[in-house]
Amino acid sequence: MVSLSNLRKFLVVILAGITLTACATQGKKGSNIAGDVYTGNDTVEYLATGVKDRVFFATNKSTLTTASRDTLRKQAGWMRKKSKLKFAIEGHADERGTREYNLALGERRANAVKDYLMTYGISGNRLNVISYGKERPVNSGSNPLAWSQNRRSVTIKAE
Amino acid sequence: MKKIILLILCFFIYNNSAIALVEIDITRGNLDPLPIAVSPLYIEPGSSDIKDADKIIKNVGEKIAEVIEVNFKRSGLFNPLKKDSFVQKPDIAHIKPRFEDWRLIKAQALVTGKVKVSEDKLRVEFRLWDVVAAKEMVALAFSTTPKNWRRVAHIISDKVYQRLTGEEGYFDTRIIYVSETGLKTQRYKKLAIMDQDGANIKYLTLGNELVLTPRFSPKNQLVTYLSYFRNLPRVYLLDIETGVQEVVGDFPGMTFAPRFSPDGKKIIMSFAKDGRSDIYTMDLKTRVVEKITDHTSIDTSPSYSPDGKYICFNSDRSGLQQIYVMRSDGSNVKRITFGKGLYGTPVWSPRGDLIAFTKVHKNKFYIGVMRPDGSGERLLTENFYQEAPSWSPNGRVLIFYRETKSDSEGKGFSAKLWSIDLTGYNERLIKTETDGSDPSWSSLLSK
Repeated sequence: MVSLSNLRKFLVVILAGITLTACATQGKKGSNIAGDVYTGNDTVEYLATGVKDRVFFATNKSTLTTASRDTLRKQAGWMRKKSKLKFAIEGHADERGTREYNLALGERRANAVKDYLMTYGISGNRLNVISYGKERPVNSGSNPLAWSQNRRSVTIKAE
Repeated sequence: MKKIILLILCFFIYNNSAIALVEIDITRGNLDPLPIAVSPLYIEPGSSDIKDADKIIKNVGEKIAEVIEVNFKRSGLFNPLKKDSFVQKPDIAHIKPRFEDWRLIKAQALVTGKVKVSEDKLRVEFRLWDVVAAKEMVALAFSTTPKNWRRVAHIISDKVYQRLTGEEGYFDTRIIYVSETGLKTQRYKKLAIMDQDGANIKYLTLGNELVLTPRFSPKNQLVTYLSYFRNLPRVYLLDIETGVQEVVGDFPGMTFAPRFSPDGKKIIMSFAKDGRSDIYTMDLKTRVVEKITDHTSIDTSPSYSPDGKYICFNSDRSGLQQIYVMRSDGSNVKRITFGKGLYGTPVWSPRGDLIAFTKVHKNKFYIGVMRPDGSGERLLTENFYQEAPSWSPNGRVLIFYRETKSDSEGKGFSAKLWSIDLTGYNERLIKTETDGSDPSWSSLLSK
């Protein structure tokens, strides 16, 4: 038989645990990083209303998060309506890696985005991949928040 | 571009190693630099001043001695003694040094010489003396054009270094690097070339497009690098003399991380497509392209062994960046790094005995060396951010670059070239006009 006071203590412990875990994955208060991926809206621009122009990545990774896939689904929807437009998919890396590997990693990230857009029927010859490695940071800072904002792939209307 | 004509006329090479008490062990990490006196070279009567572009060089005998002293000082192996303590005049010292006078100021070695400058010729004679044994060690004479007076100093430095250490020198060399200016978020980058002591800086590109990771060809006439010309990142070749640039091959995607093969006949590089990067070579004459690695991973930063038989490279095929060695045809791929952290930018020493690399562990960057089988890993220096070592041609010094932390406005950011000896000693900032990155060392110019 479990007593009511023990049950209450148990619930308090569970609640505390959940709160602490939530804090851990959020990082510092307001820093908007989850699982090493930037989740905020600073630096984000819009291709159209509600259509974000970029997705973010974890360190050394090119995998798309659920939020990224949601962003790209919206991008694809908008691209289908603008069938005459072509796009450049830029891949970027943070500064915490060697220059040449970062060029390759940027290409891999941009390609992950291109491949995903193509699953929504966007033709590959409308999507041109270009990597900038760590050469074009959007945030000059040397801290985890800046680095997370720089690990990105940006979709840009081609001229 | 100045044409470099060097005629070496060896009048007599006098090499008395029998009773040489003066020698330097460069493997130890020298904490006792050898006291050496470099006498200003005597200028023979009838010599003219040197006209170098818009400058007139007077006292070239003193200037040559100064360049030699800076070379010696920066090597960490020598302690050049102050000139005001020199008792003997340059002309007499060159013919017959009074060794007791030089010993009084604690010199163990002495360099003397003389120059004769005419309109189109600079003729040099120099001697290296063992002050302790009171003997001549080296005597050499050669001629060049007057504009090459700095190379005279570098060649003398190399000969002295070689005689006293038993190793080839590295002073008559150039460094190619990327000159950087501007905001961190919009850097302007230009290819730059300079003598290894920082003199004679020349810019090879204008800064209109992003340029990265330049390398010399083995004979130093060509440069290969990555350019974002017309927003298409590709590997290019540049002829230093003519300034002519051409794209390497006809690849339908980004090519990057280019180097020359040791015989200068091929470019080896990475080609990125569809999310993977493989290593390819292209023969510069036949234009035949060969695929060397074939893996869905990122394979990059290739570097040939000096005999051309093997290639070390960076791959993340095991999950994270590690260093691998394979035969130059791509067969027999073996991973050689198994330590904690990531490994990148492998470069094979010109001596063949070591591979230098960048290591990243717990948010710190290291420059290190290891044997080609991965054993004997030795970290030389640690920093917030540094990478991309390049070897001096004698395999004794590494040049690399560092970046500093910056705030979100980019304040505090700088990129600088640094060097360190293989022993881990003599870590040194290399002064450049602007910020710099991606340095690469030429081979000896006179070879």
